[in-house]
Amino acid sequence: MRQWKIIAKEAMARASIIGKFLCLLHVTDAYVLSSNHVLGPSMLPTLNITGDVVLVEHLSHRLGKLGSGDLVLVRSPLDPKKTLTKRIVAMEGDKVTFSLDPTRSHSSRSLVVPKGHVWIQGDNLYVSRDSRHFGPLPYGLIEGKVFMRVWPPSSFGLLGE
Amino acid sequence: MGTPRVLWSITKKCFTVGVITLTVSDLFASIVPVRGASMSPTFNPKTNSLLDSLSDDRVLVEKLCLRNYKFSHGDVIVFSSPNNHKEKHVKRIVGLPGDWVGTIYDVVHIPEGHCWVEGDNTASSLDSRSFGPVPLGLVKGRVTHVLWPPHRVGTVDRKTSQNRVSSSSSASKF
Repeated sequence: MRQWKIIAKEAMARASIIGKFLCLLHVTDAYVLSSNHVLGPSMLPTLNITGDVVLVEHLSHRLGKLGSGDLVLVRSPLDPKKTLTKRIVAMEGDKVTFSLDPTRSHSSRSLVVPKGHVWIQGDNLYVSRDSRHFGPLPYGLIEGKVFMRVWPPSSFGLLGE
Repeated sequence: MGTPRVLWSITKKCFTVGVITLTVSDLFASIVPVRGASMSPTFNPKTNSLLDSLSDDRVLVEKLCLRNYKFSHGDVIVFSSPNNHKEKHVKRIVGLPGDWVGTIYDVVHIPEGHCWVEGDNTASSLDSRSFGPVPLGLVKGRVTHVLWPPHRVGTVDRKTSQNRVSSSSSASKF
């Protein structure tokens, strides 16, 4: 009987260490730094079509230190289970001019980004589905700022503009 | 002598407790106070009882629904305001993606990935009738129980108004 008690106590101690580590992992992943696999052609030539692994920091958007030109990871307004990687083109209060069809230079529209929203666009305007299609993005959907690429090793380095 | 070590040990314990609490509140459930009367009488009904007027209701918000983002008509959800990401609102889901919701002026189609929310107290509620459909990505949890005040402890039930919403999904017809 005694032996089971000792084994149970040790198991609990080990489990609690693992539990605490997993909690720390979650907090780091959600509030400090995480990695993300991004793929698709909408951010060419900045990000590769075959897929890059980037580092995302989760501090700037909570401190309000985002600005236009930043690459951000956002939750898609069209499907909450998907995340998108795009660039902020305009912050709230800015006027943004865009055209849905970049091949025709005459069809352009302008609007002012409303309060609490940002305007995001992919670098590859021809294939990207972004704010030009679904409108200004609520700031609350921003999950973090992409600041560095770690894979493939040939393009290791900081990202930005 | 022993003081720095005691201080360090207390700091470590506080940090551990903080990290665990944050993880549980992010992934499982948390307790939040409800401010305002926009969900009256479900939350904060302004009756004459002493307990009701002393403090706000406290409710249990579960976060497990954020794995799949599968909500039903009548769910009460907590979401970040589309106009100010620092504010959180508590409202009831009246329309899901694909539905047509009737307001006073017209009928609105809820786009993919969005929902239509309204407060139970339609007279004094700032909801989708003012700021439009809310992206489901802004939802932070679903309210399941009232935990305070003690005489109103219980589950928060789904309430639907079939006469105003035309739903495209047959699963929600009952």
